[in-house]
Parts: sequence; structure tokens; C-alpha cells
Amino acid sequence: MSGTFVGMPSFPVAAGVAVTDERLRGNLRRATHTIRDKRAVAVGELADWGALREAGKEIKDRTLRGLDGYLVELEAAVTAAGGVVHWASDADEANRIVVDLVRATGEREVVKVKSMATQEIGLNEALEAAGIAAFETDLAELIVQLGEDRPSHILVPAIHRNREEIREIFVRTMSEWGRPAPEGLTDSPAELAEAARVHLREKFLRAKVGISGANFMVAETGTLVVVESEGNGRMCLTLPETLISVVGIEKVVPSWRDLEVFLQTLPRSSTAERMNPYTSMWTGVTDGDGPEAFHLVLLDNGRTATLGDEVGRQALRCIRCSACLNVCPVYERAGGHAYGSVYPGPIGAILSPQLRGIRSEVDASLPFASSLCGACYEVCPVAIDIPEVLVHLRERVVEQGGKGHRLEKAAMKAAGWVLNHPGALGAGERLASKTRKGHPKKLPGPGGRQWGQSRDLPQLPAEPFRDWWKKNRA
Amino acid sequence: MRVALFVTCVNDALYPRTGRAVVTLLERLGVEVAFPAAQTCCGQPQYNTGYRRETEPLVRRYDMAFADYDYVVTPSGSCAAMVRDNYPRIGRKAAAEGRGSGLATAAARSVPKTYELTEFLVDVLGVTDVGAYFPHSVTYHPTCHGLRMLGLGDRPRRLLEAVRGLELRELPGAEECCGFGGTFAVKNAAVSSAMGEDKVRAITGTGAAAVCTVDNSCLMHIGGTLSRQGSEVRPLHLAEILASTEEEPWV
Repeated sequence: MSGTFVGMPSFPVAAGVAVTDERLRGNLRRATHTIRDKRAVAVGELADWGALREAGKEIKDRTLRGLDGYLVELEAAVTAAGGVVHWASDADEANRIVVDLVRATGEREVVKVKSMATQEIGLNEALEAAGIAAFETDLAELIVQLGEDRPSHILVPAIHRNREEIREIFVRTMSEWGRPAPEGLTDSPAELAEAARVHLREKFLRAKVGISGANFMVAETGTLVVVESEGNGRMCLTLPETLISVVGIEKVVPSWRDLEVFLQTLPRSSTAERMNPYTSMWTGVTDGDGPEAFHLVLLDNGRTATLGDEVGRQALRCIRCSACLNVCPVYERAGGHAYGSVYPGPIGAILSPQLRGIRSEVDASLPFASSLCGACYEVCPVAIDIPEVLVHLRERVVEQGGKGHRLEKAAMKAAGWVLNHPGALGAGERLASKTRKGHPKKLPGPGGRQWGQSRDLPQLPAEPFRDWWKKNRA
Repeated sequence: MRVALFVTCVNDALYPRTGRAVVTLLERLGVEVAFPAAQTCCGQPQYNTGYRRETEPLVRRYDMAFADYDYVVTPSGSCAAMVRDNYPRIGRKAAAEGRGSGLATAAARSVPKTYELTEFLVDVLGVTDVGAYFPHSVTYHPTCHGLRMLGLGDRPRRLLEAVRGLELRELPGAEECCGFGGTFAVKNAAVSSAMGEDKVRAITGTGAAAVCTVDNSCLMHIGGTLSRQGSEVRPLHLAEILASTEEEPWV
């Protein structure tokens, strides 16, 4: 994934810093609660939500089972429609393919549709290294790019910023990238949006190459689909002479008809809209209309390996709606950056360690970045049992050993022995109760210290339940 | 009807009052309760931390301890959910790893007879008015596993609403996690604390004299935060409120 995240600290460390940032906490709380409340209303309007959710899950699972066949079908359809298909096994290969394609056009700049796949592979950085400027055109992505920041949410990448911060970024940096911010810009949403619109317009009209991802790819017709709210994506998809789409292989659906389900569940889950304002679909190239050249880069980058895991593969059902982020109490406090990945929140906690492996500190910490409250599973429109996958991945991290886990494993084994010997357990409880007067309110050691951060330990009772029972009932 | 109490390790060691309340309550309702001494822990702390194999003996132990009973009642939504949701998974995985179907069979025997307390009262005994009297204001925090894994729905609420003298206060953001999460409370202490502090702010904001849940593990986290802040709000397990009568007030 993106080099930007290499060497990220583990989640508890990054989250520990983030929770102390009052402004960040306020921004996140306000934004996530607004979206989640609106989503609940939009979903509540549909009498058949449960059936749609089940249908989405079934379509995705069926597709994943026959993924190889559908991808070959897709390739044939795209080729027949005048497009060129490229296969990329990892981020480096995908970046190399895109850089070569842009170079072949002779252009030194590209406009971009908001895309998680291109962020995942760090495409902007790769283009920059090759001397090609990539301009993000989604409003929130623009804010992130101008602020030399990292996205912190799948759908609302600048969710951690408030209006005053955005105004400051526009005034300070827009001139370095193109048209400067207008004089006397205030932080009213309308003025900020207009400043971005004028700034971006120049880029749309100038660009010869557009780069996008896709929300879906239809195998039977070779059609790609992008859903969006602003229309900037559609400008990038239709104005340039060359269009390059980088898409994860799991985004394919078998037939046109399958879209019916997702075009209902995705907008309601993500932006709480009944229908997203712009749905753009493109199939190869068409004479006299749209791009003259179309390239599809099919990205694996860990997806086949994920597909090989019986429990973990359900993460590939994800349609990137970000509903799980907006309901997650951990995301709300820690913010997106703490996850050290372009996929933050609950889905990021199961997707990143599977796509990247669990060797790095941040990836090994992500499966533990959850209280397993289950709110993410409840809202997921394709029913990904995120808590189940989290626990499954925790097992993998524990097996790998490493920092802290050896000692923990020994403790778990010792506890396991005691818990399998009720006599020993009872004796231990009795001893603890007898000596309770001498117990401190705070425990020593790292675990005790962390528990004592904001909480007092409960006082031990005079006798454990099993002793009371023996005296009074047995 | 042979009914066994699965008190859970947390209640056994830290909150025996809750176990006594369940016994008092069920006996008042005419249920003869047994406490098989072979029981220990459901294995959730180990399982949720990634130690599935270490949980296996506890799945077998649970099955063995409660083999002679028709119903197992537990005052913990979380532990009931562990048995119902995760025991079958543990059994399936053991079989898939070529270690036979014994564990899956043990899990299958445990699942249908395991009831969280409010499920047992409402679904099996068919009561919502348990004859309790508790003249205090109370706010109710629905714990995550009870709410989402078990789907307790409005059962705890209906039981509370039938308690004479009790004034139920709405808890804003009730369905949000308190931040305990077992070992999460230690592994991600900063986030856990932030969640706990927000939950406690919502609780104290109701002005209620007590907060109750169906899980003492969550209540340990909430109660510990209340205590640190010097709050007067009492953390109580729902069973303690239901055990309370005019003749024998529980608290």
C-alpha cells in the first residue's frame, strides 16, 4: 500500500495521541453522528432492507466463488468494446503500468476521480516520482491534497477538518497548485465550494488524461461504474482523451442486473441519499464521445491471498460505503489516521492486515482496535461479520508471536489450567477475598496502570459466590 | 424443569451479590436453582483475545458441568452470547482442523439450553412483572453483546417497567458501546477510557440514582469510571433490582 503509511506506529500509540486532540474529537463526533443518524432514516424507509442486504451479500459471495471466470469474461467484454486490460499483481506493478501509460501520452499532468484503489497503491506518489502531477478533483480529496495531509475516512477523507481549517488551507495553498483562492474567502460552505469549483474547472478543461477507480465492473458487458455526489468524477471520466481506471479485482459483478441491489444499498449506507446524484457508466470507447483510449488496470495486491482465507474473505464483499466507520465508537475517538492505512475504521482493521499481512507493528495491532461491540456488522449493507474476522485475525497475530504475545500466551495458558480446575479456582478466589483489605485500588504493571488510567478497580467481595452457595444452599 | 445457574467467573469472584440476586429472584418465582460446582468460565476473554485453542477445554467443561440440566441461566448477556455464537464456531474449526466432532457436539448440546437471565424470565417463565419494588430512578445501558449478539430487544426494559416504584430514565446514546470490550480495555486503554468517560457523562446527565445493565463486566468499567469521578450514581446489575421487594429491599 501507499508508502505514506510505512512505519506507522501501532494503533494504541497513534490512537492514544489522537484521543487527546479535543478539536479532532469534536469534528469527528459531529460528522459521524450526523451521517449515522441520516443513514438510519434512509435505511428505515425501505421495507425490504433486510432482503437487499442479504441479496448484496449473496451476489458478492457468488462472484467471489467464481471470480476467475468473471474476470476473464470482463476482460473479453472490455477488449471487445475497444478498451485495453492490464493485470497488476501488486502496487508496484500497477503503478508502473499507469506511469508508462501516462508517459506514452506525452502528458505531465492528470486529473483524478476519487479512488480508494489508487490511494491503496500510492499512485499519486509514484506519478510524482515520475514527474507527473496528479490533481485530485473530489472536494474532500482536494482539501487533503492541498493540506499535504492524509485522508482519514473512506467517503469523507477530510472528515477530521472543520470549515475554518479548510478555509485556511485554501487561502494558503491553492495558488501553488493553480488558480488561487478568491480574495476575502470566508468559511461559508457555499463560498468554499465555489472556490474549489473555479480552481478545479481549469484543470478539467486542460487535462488530457483522467485516472479513476470504479465502484463496480459488470462482467457481461465490460461496463465500469462510478457513483458520486459532486459530478467532478463525471468531468474526469468524459473530458480527457485518455482514461485509465485502476480497479480491485473484487469489484466485478456478474451482470448488469446485479447493480440494482447495490445502487440502492450503497448510497443509503454511505451518504444517506436515496439515490446518489451522479452514476457514471462507461464501456470501452465510443467514436466522437468521451475518451479516445481506455485502459483498465485490474489490481490484485493481496486480494487473491485474502480470498484464500475462509473466514477473512468476506472482507472482499465490501462496497466501501463507510457506514461501519460512522457507527464505530473506536473510530469516533481515534480518528482515521490512527489506523495507518487508506482503509480506516472497522473495515480497515480487517482489510489492511489481510491485504498487507501482519508483519508490521501497525498491521499486527489493527485486529485489536475494536471493542467487538458489533455495531459495524449491524450496519454493513453486505453483512460482513467484522467482529468474527477481527477475532479470527487476532488468532493469527497471537500465533505469529512477537512483542507482548509470548508473555500473554503464558498467562492465558496458566489461566486456562486454573479455569479447568474448579477447586484451584475456588481456592484462588477465597484467598483473594480473604486478603482484600490489603488490595490497592490500582494494580501494578502495565495492564494495571492502563486500567487505572480513568477507572478504579472494583473492591473484592468478602466471599466468592461459590462459597456463599456452599454455606447457604448446598 | 431442571435449572442451573451459570454465575460466570466475573460474578463468582467479583460480584457474588448478582449471583445471590438471581437465586433470590428465581426462587421467589418458584424455580429450583442448582449451582454445579464444576463450572468456571465461558472462555470469552481467551477467545476474543485470539486464544481459541485455549478455549476448547472450557467448551468441554461447560457441556460437562451442565449436562444434567434442561436450562442454564446466566446473568451475563456477553457470556450467553459466547456460548451461543462462538461455541459452534469453535466446534466447527476443531473439526475442520481434523480433531474430530466431539467439540462440535458439546457446543451443539450447550447452545439450545443456554439463556441470559431476561430471556429466561420473559421467554421461558413468561413473566415480565416479577413482583419487584425499587423506589429509585434508574437508567438502563443495553450492553453490546446482549443487544446485538443475543438480540435481547426490549426484554430488560419490559422487566424494568414492571418494577413498582422505579422511575426509568432514558439514556442518550444508549446503544453505544461503553468501551470495556474485555482485553480491549487494557490493550487500547486510551480509547477505552475515552468511551467510558463519554458513557458516564451520558449516565450522570440523566440524573438517575442508579445505572443498570445485564452484564457486570461492562458495569465494572462503567462503575470504575463513576468511582474515579466521585459520582454518586450506583452501578447495579438488573438482577439486583429485580430481586428487590418491599419486604426485602435489596439495596
